[in-house]
Amino acid sequence: MLWEVDIYPADGQPDLIAREVADAAAQLGLGAQLTVIAARGYLIQGTLERRQVARLADELLADGVVERTVVAEVGDAELLNAPDGCRQVIHVLPKPGVMDPVAQSALTAIADFYNGDFGGNFGNATAEAVRTLKKYWIRAMSDEQIALLCSKVLANDAVEQVIVGPLEFTHLEVGSPYDFELLTVPIREMDDAALEKLALEGQLYLSLTEMQTIQSQFRLLDRDPTDVELETLAQTWSEHCSHKTLAGRIQYEDPDGRRRFENMLKETIFAATVKIRKDSGEDDWCVSVFEDNAGIIRFDEKYNVVFKVETHNHPSALEPYGGANTGIGGVIRDPMGTGMGAKPVCCTDVFCFAPPDTKFEELPPGVLHPRRVMQGVVAGVRDYGNRMGIPTVNGAVYFDPRYLGNPLVYCGNVGLIPRDMSFKEPKPGDLIVAVGGRTGRDGIHGATFSSAELTSQSDTISGGAVQIGNAITEKMVLDVLMVARDRRLYNAVTDCGAGGFSSAVGEMGEKIGAEVQLERIPLKYEGLSYTEAWISEAQERMTLSVPEEKWEELCELCESEGVEATVIGRFEPTGRLVLKYNDHQVADLAMEFLHDGRPPVVRDAVYTPSDVVELSPLPGATVGSSNRALHTAGQAGSGTQFVDLTDSLLKILGSLNVCSKEWVIRQYDHEVQGGSAIKPLLGAANDGPGDAAVLRPVLDSRRGIVISCGMNPRYGDLDTYHMAAGAIDEAVRNCVAVGADPSRIAVLDNFCWGTTDRPETLGSLVRAALACYDVATVLGTPFISGKDSLNNEFRPEGASEPISIPPSLLISAIGQVDDVGRCVTMDLKEPGNYLYQVGLTHDELGGSHFALVELLEGGRVPKVDPAGAKKIFAALHQAIDTGLVRACHDLSEGGLAAAAAEMAFAGDLGAKIMLEKAPCDCDPADAVLLFSESNTRFLCEVHPDNAAAFEAALADVPHARLGEVVETDKLEILGADDSPVIAADLATLKETWQKPLRW
Amino acid sequence: MPQPNVLILRAPGTNCDVETAFAFEQSGGQVEVLHINRLLESPGLFAKFQILCIPGGFSYGDDVAAGRILANQIQHHLADHLAEFKAEGKLILGVCNGFQVLIKSGVLLDDKSQNGPPATLTWNDSGKFEDRWVQLDVKGSKCVFLNDIESMYLPVAHAEGKFVTRDADVLAQLDGGEQLVLRYLSQRGDEPRGSLGDVPYPDNPNGSTADVAGVCDPTGRVLGLMPHPERYIDPTQHPRWTRGETGELGDGLQVFKNAVEYFA
Repeated sequence: MLWEVDIYPADGQPDLIAREVADAAAQLGLGAQLTVIAARGYLIQGTLERRQVARLADELLADGVVERTVVAEVGDAELLNAPDGCRQVIHVLPKPGVMDPVAQSALTAIADFYNGDFGGNFGNATAEAVRTLKKYWIRAMSDEQIALLCSKVLANDAVEQVIVGPLEFTHLEVGSPYDFELLTVPIREMDDAALEKLALEGQLYLSLTEMQTIQSQFRLLDRDPTDVELETLAQTWSEHCSHKTLAGRIQYEDPDGRRRFENMLKETIFAATVKIRKDSGEDDWCVSVFEDNAGIIRFDEKYNVVFKVETHNHPSALEPYGGANTGIGGVIRDPMGTGMGAKPVCCTDVFCFAPPDTKFEELPPGVLHPRRVMQGVVAGVRDYGNRMGIPTVNGAVYFDPRYLGNPLVYCGNVGLIPRDMSFKEPKPGDLIVAVGGRTGRDGIHGATFSSAELTSQSDTISGGAVQIGNAITEKMVLDVLMVARDRRLYNAVTDCGAGGFSSAVGEMGEKIGAEVQLERIPLKYEGLSYTEAWISEAQERMTLSVPEEKWEELCELCESEGVEATVIGRFEPTGRLVLKYNDHQVADLAMEFLHDGRPPVVRDAVYTPSDVVELSPLPGATVGSSNRALHTAGQAGSGTQFVDLTDSLLKILGSLNVCSKEWVIRQYDHEVQGGSAIKPLLGAANDGPGDAAVLRPVLDSRRGIVISCGMNPRYGDLDTYHMAAGAIDEAVRNCVAVGADPSRIAVLDNFCWGTTDRPETLGSLVRAALACYDVATVLGTPFISGKDSLNNEFRPEGASEPISIPPSLLISAIGQVDDVGRCVTMDLKEPGNYLYQVGLTHDELGGSHFALVELLEGGRVPKVDPAGAKKIFAALHQAIDTGLVRACHDLSEGGLAAAAAEMAFAGDLGAKIMLEKAPCDCDPADAVLLFSESNTRFLCEVHPDNAAAFEAALADVPHARLGEVVETDKLEILGADDSPVIAADLATLKETWQKPLRW
Repeated sequence: MPQPNVLILRAPGTNCDVETAFAFEQSGGQVEVLHINRLLESPGLFAKFQILCIPGGFSYGDDVAAGRILANQIQHHLADHLAEFKAEGKLILGVCNGFQVLIKSGVLLDDKSQNGPPATLTWNDSGKFEDRWVQLDVKGSKCVFLNDIESMYLPVAHAEGKFVTRDADVLAQLDGGEQLVLRYLSQRGDEPRGSLGDVPYPDNPNGSTADVAGVCDPTGRVLGLMPHPERYIDPTQHPRWTRGETGELGDGLQVFKNAVEYFA
């Protein structure tokens, strides 16, 4: 029997689901016509009777205080009583095979009723399957409008199915048995065309050279490979797993000449770390870099900290909720799989979207609206991070139209690990143990599960090309992992990420050899082939290397908390990867060929500098307004004649990149685990924008970690070298602004780029990597981990040219403070205090937000003087650490003016600033002093009693007193010639800043 | 002072157990954290504890409804043991998800009538999870945990914290019994402290009836509250500590001290 339980809000209770739908429909322009009533529901299959299902509805599924239910068999007319005249009904269900955590939990909770039989007379009745659904009743819409509503608002085709009208099926599919059949691929006889065809159609994504290498290997072996051997090679050799482009050979050319890299990353990013560690000698505080799943640095006497940032761009483009959900879930497993396993202590998230006000009619077919993408991504991160109990403390959101078809989702995670647990080593003879979630067809071939394979293998269970996570499964794994680690029940651990077991076992057994019995892999449902089980990227799984004598204890521990642990094989000292399915051998590969057999990728890269052009109006900009802006920037005419720039400041504060992200931040639990010391929102009303987050990962210690980031794709349009340098400077100065010690800041790189097959695109990336080396080595900020995501391009249907994302380098920084009690925040504290600018302003309006809002292009990109920056960071840190600074804010997007405005409205105190003395090395044009985005600058609040000491601490670096905190509700800035250039009340500034994303 | 034994009960998805244990330890309690499965196997374990705390988190993912599945497990398997625990004069505290579990399991508001549960915690009016600090007013002097506390400033972090009673009679009865012990307060100093239920969003962060943030049982020895006292036991946890707006200890610590000192 298939029962349906529909759950509606009781009379007088708000219909929150309907409200959300109505809001989204209103954005679509369907609002006026739409009346909607929503129910959530369950389909329950089993031998239950109506009264039993009714009892489940009352006591488990619905809340009798605020909800009412309708219980009937699917197909029963009772389920189709149109409420309130809404006659059209739409059902939305997760597609079969797509993760449905609520249904899974409900099924377990239902079993507790009949297993215990608490007076409910369940007898032998049981439930065998549950699925959730949503049901929408709509009043009078045309078929066309309903189709639009379904595709744009109610469901995502990637993971959900829509049934307009009554449900007509009578049972839930639960999979069908798999019949073993060994597949081999006759690669030895193929010509080049056939090899290329196989690479493409088999979704192997290997180059012809790589295919030829595999072919020769098997000719040598005198046999053809099996499908699972080819898949294993393709995954191990994939860009995602081996970073073959950036870690490959690159012939680079720029005006300074040619340079050949044998391994580009190793010779730039890694080389910076190697140099810094060598220079530090005995004081080296890096522990493990670019080796494990995350970088490890020293924290205190007992602990190290680990940090990793990943991207999950393509899955998030297709299914924003699931993509971001599994993005954060995946990066949390990185620290868990680092060393012997770290405890995750905080998350970071940086997103890049197209503007959320993009017009619907301008969307290319197949592209989700950016507002929907943003809402889905935020919800996905929220639901996973919050459930895991890991505070999300730092992030950023950037907007650019070029992220339309290709949004970026960077997820980071910091973990804490005992110092003596920082390394691992699987031992020959250890059991290979799979722990956590079961394996399904989720995420086979990443996001490109082909329909051909779908139909050939199963017509009932569609492969979830896109996955949804189940955070609680991962939390349960984490809980037992920490206990097992401390009891030393395993020798090594790693996560199952991209490539699934194939990658996890392949990596762990690289130096030993491994034999796996594929039929032992626990499956979510029947029907998976041996290859699918091996390469599935199903979430929430970890792989352990367990000494035989510890297995029993580990097994008991896992059972005691309801976590599944299964022995799937053994690390055998054969140097080979052997896979079996029952008695059949299905793969036998030499580890050496698997890991070192890939022919090197050789690429050309070229960088041609573009001429620096003066700041000038964009084509099509209203000439009057841009000229006015140019005028104040000291160009187009003479001098710096008085012009009021309040309007420019308001436009910057209200621009998407600068405006408040409170709507995002509040949805994340940023205080769980109890260590929060500097929160992402702060100031008099808890709503100002912090520079970096600080937390105490060890509750009985004052020592803190500081997390921040830096990124500015707009500078990359002018020069990726300076973009990269600026991103490092920004990440570091954000850390320093709250009190981090600049000699203990580590950084991470995440390159998201377009297609690097084009030499000029790869050239722009190499140039950024060169800057990373130059700046990091001088600042002494080692790179400890990184990840790249290439080919971020989107080709709209029918378009000849793809849209490439702008070069997007995210730098994440992790700093440390001895005592969180010495940290400072950016909100103004007390009238009468002095305001100082620290650092030098240059005429650098290129790529600035002033240029963005005033529709200007060109101009000089902000550059970094690493040696000068190092001195400034050290001097300012000294001042903060000795308690001389009451507030400190870094100058970034919007420059001095935006920073001053944010500090004032966050502190609910006025400020009076005179530009006359602003430290600069250029024509003191007001717009430049106000809005230039030169690096390594801060605005600091200092009590008059500490002014002398503060000035002494900064004696060797550029700084000047510009003004003071005043007890008014105004920000007033006087220009270089003493005339007012900005005058605005705090309420207006704050409202302008808060309004755009106050959803 | 004798150290009472504190049981922190965790389930799959519980995630505030470590800091809650720390808060009890700082207050002088002898803490043990146990998985629900241990108690299901051996309910006799309850006997050695004087204080039971169900901490915050997402038990079983809050799948179906917040706290519901753990509440059902308690109702099905442990109700008698908890009734005995209460009858022996011991203390029970539920924070956030723990509050949701206490109310949905019938441990907090025992209701023998045939009209179904007297009250629930349901979706915030905003329809989403929110993390923000709230000002709380303590009503009456009945609740052991709130002894000598007049007001507190604490964070909430939840999606389903809106307190709703079955009807006006239940609300009046709880109010009359001095069980509505914690209320959200307007944070704008110039606003008068109004009558029941007129604190606007976001000071009342979820739309709770009568601005209720915490409820105790008729004895005052069982408390459930949505705000997190364990997240403010150190001055640097206050969102405005850099502005000098914090005491030497966090407001939340006294809740745990009261519980421990009750057995002194």
